[in-house]
Amino acid sequence: MKRVSLDVGGGGRLMREFIAGRILPAFGNPILSELADSGLLPGGLAFTTDSYVVDPLFFPGGDIGTLAVNGTVNDLVVSGAEPRYLSFALILEEGLEWEVLDRVLRSVRKAAKAAGVRIVTGDTKVVRQGQGDKIFINTAGIGRSLARPRSGRIRPGDEIILTGALGDHTLAVMMARGEFGLSTKVRSDCAPLLFLLPLWKRGALWMRDVTRGGLATVLFELAENLPHPVLVDEDRIPLSRAVRGASDLLGIDPLYMACEGKAVIVAPKGRAGEFLRAIRRHPLGRKAEIIGRVQEKVGRPGELLLQTAAGGLRLLEPLTSELLPRIC
Amino acid sequence: MKELRDPKAIARLLADIRDRARRLPDRPRLMEVCGTHTMSLFRHGLTPRLAEAGVEMVSGPGCPVCITPDGLHEAAIDLAAGIEDLTLATFGDMTRVPTRKGSLQTAVPAAGSRIRIVYSPEEALAEAEREPGRQVVFYGVGFETTIPAIAYVVKRAARARLRNFSVLPALWLVPPALKAVLDSDEVAVTGFIYPGHVSAVIGVEPYAFVARDYGVPGAVAGFEPGDILLAVRSVLDQSLEGRPRVALEYGRAIRPEGNPTARAVMEEVCAPFDAEWRGLGRIPRSGLRFRAKFARLDAAKKFGLSIKVKGKPLAGCRCGDVLRGVIRPQGCPLFGTKCSPDSPLGPCMVSYEGACLVHYKYGRRERKGP
Amino acid sequence: MCLAVPAKITRLEPSGLGTVDYIGTEVKANFSLVPQAKPGDWVIIHAGFAISVMDAQEARETLRLFRELAESS
Repeated sequence: MKRVSLDVGGGGRLMREFIAGRILPAFGNPILSELADSGLLPGGLAFTTDSYVVDPLFFPGGDIGTLAVNGTVNDLVVSGAEPRYLSFALILEEGLEWEVLDRVLRSVRKAAKAAGVRIVTGDTKVVRQGQGDKIFINTAGIGRSLARPRSGRIRPGDEIILTGALGDHTLAVMMARGEFGLSTKVRSDCAPLLFLLPLWKRGALWMRDVTRGGLATVLFELAENLPHPVLVDEDRIPLSRAVRGASDLLGIDPLYMACEGKAVIVAPKGRAGEFLRAIRRHPLGRKAEIIGRVQEKVGRPGELLLQTAAGGLRLLEPLTSELLPRIC
Repeated sequence: MKELRDPKAIARLLADIRDRARRLPDRPRLMEVCGTHTMSLFRHGLTPRLAEAGVEMVSGPGCPVCITPDGLHEAAIDLAAGIEDLTLATFGDMTRVPTRKGSLQTAVPAAGSRIRIVYSPEEALAEAEREPGRQVVFYGVGFETTIPAIAYVVKRAARARLRNFSVLPALWLVPPALKAVLDSDEVAVTGFIYPGHVSAVIGVEPYAFVARDYGVPGAVAGFEPGDILLAVRSVLDQSLEGRPRVALEYGRAIRPEGNPTARAVMEEVCAPFDAEWRGLGRIPRSGLRFRAKFARLDAAKKFGLSIKVKGKPLAGCRCGDVLRGVIRPQGCPLFGTKCSPDSPLGPCMVSYEGACLVHYKYGRRERKGP
Repeated sequence: MCLAVPAKITRLEPSGLGTVDYIGTEVKANFSLVPQAKPGDWVIIHAGFAISVMDAQEARETLRLFRELAESS
């Protein structure tokens, strides 16, 4: 293929190949090569960036502004850092109504306040009508490292916690697009994951937020670098009724649906119960579950396995391409 | 209906199946015709458990995206890329099928044109009604489950005398494909799992010839793991009794006589012809096209498309053999290497029900080999 | 080929259009292919069309069968 396809931005294998094949050769270094959610800098700082191009701009439970703050905040949290400062860059399309922009800015302010971060620098560009799509936002974030993720210390017996139900954000955006003649009460789960920060000091080994690519992709990234297989229990994975229904109707697998306020955490052996109780004390973590573990009995190193609700066993693969609705 | 996924019920059915398979002289080899059955078997991890219980499952040609020849896909691409202010609406799977002209997803539409994924053909019709200045073409692919819906929409468009709506049809019939598989003698199939929702429309009678003329047992199955295993057990019982027939194991959703209203719409709008299938070649009276009265709604005629249905598959692609059940996906030398979900060389790796994609996503732990 | 789900009819207009509920999600549906369907019936929905009306008695029997299978396991 001579040109960039949509899948390169989809969060799946093509994107990883792009990064490995073009980005790292261009300017790789030890910090970047970790390919973690944030770059961990010497001196105890973490640094991350994300761009936001969601369509539509507003959806139940959030908008591009709340995403722009919480997405970047969460990349810092799951990297072991306490978020402190954000940059805020706008690319606006000529002709955008001021009222729309003001609404987004209000959301940004509210989200930044809730997340305890300050916006300290930014930029504004305006492109001709037709050369953008209303608003694109980029935020970069700086945080103070509380602990470093230690995936090298993960051993059989360590358990995996998911902080809540999957897929609400993807479904909320699909509903807001008015697609498919479906309607359901769902709100994006977009939220800051600050309540997970104390777990780092308690000994959490690894965290990732469950965004593009969904749970399966995130767990695959964990499993492929471990010397022991990972086993997940399908029955334990929380799903809202709305996501269950829409995914059956459209043929989309909830394990690949993006969230914007959920994380997976690897807890050291014997401590998962304690971690789970701490998470469930917070309103955003009430539906948290221990969904799996690193183990040695079933499977081979590097494998991510799913124990199905019907009692079978199968491999979980990462997302390879954009989700599409099935038909028949 | 979580009872149909209960692990204890599943274990009991597998035990029953193991017991019956043991008592049969030859290892049973059952073909599940429908791509959604293939998907369900793998998603729930059933295929290895069936193999352990002594039953081998072979995937049949039940993926409409897979068996539609490249020429039709390329015609859809030509429409979107060549005509301005046109909407090409289709089901999601179709947009990723690779052809020599790329796929619908990567095709660059003409000025003002777009490719739109829909869940129902009515969404395409609604767009045509809303925007009389645009041409809307629905690229309609399906078996008898979907054909009535497409036929209904064609009928409504004809009645409304819509000038800007048409359908590019790729409509396939299951029973003739079953006959072609049985006649080809390449695959020793000892039983069939019939497609549950196709049967909602056509009933069970169209499969009767399989038992009567070929002596092969079969059962119509639903899509929960329990449904499929119930059907497998029934097929093995038929083999043990020496009484092949068409058992209905999805009675909660299917009437034995099917849906006469749906069939009537199909018959009113469509007529059978000898269609060319990817992999299976020409099969008599196996495809449907629109009758003369509805010819104005056939996009191929409307836009003067010349559609090449006989063509060479892309570079070494063996989807045809996979579709006929001659080889398993792992038996194709390109599987997992040159051909993968990110860079599919054939539709079996593209469609969510394509045997190769399903095997790639869920089945790679199983034995390699044809 | 057969992606379809069982859903309950929540609205059925004389035009043949309406909605179904599938575990809390409401879907627009066309009932023209099942003229015998009534509000409250369960149907099989495929590509926005109801293609079959479900049989409540058979459904109950299937559930009973599976409960027995689970118990006997």
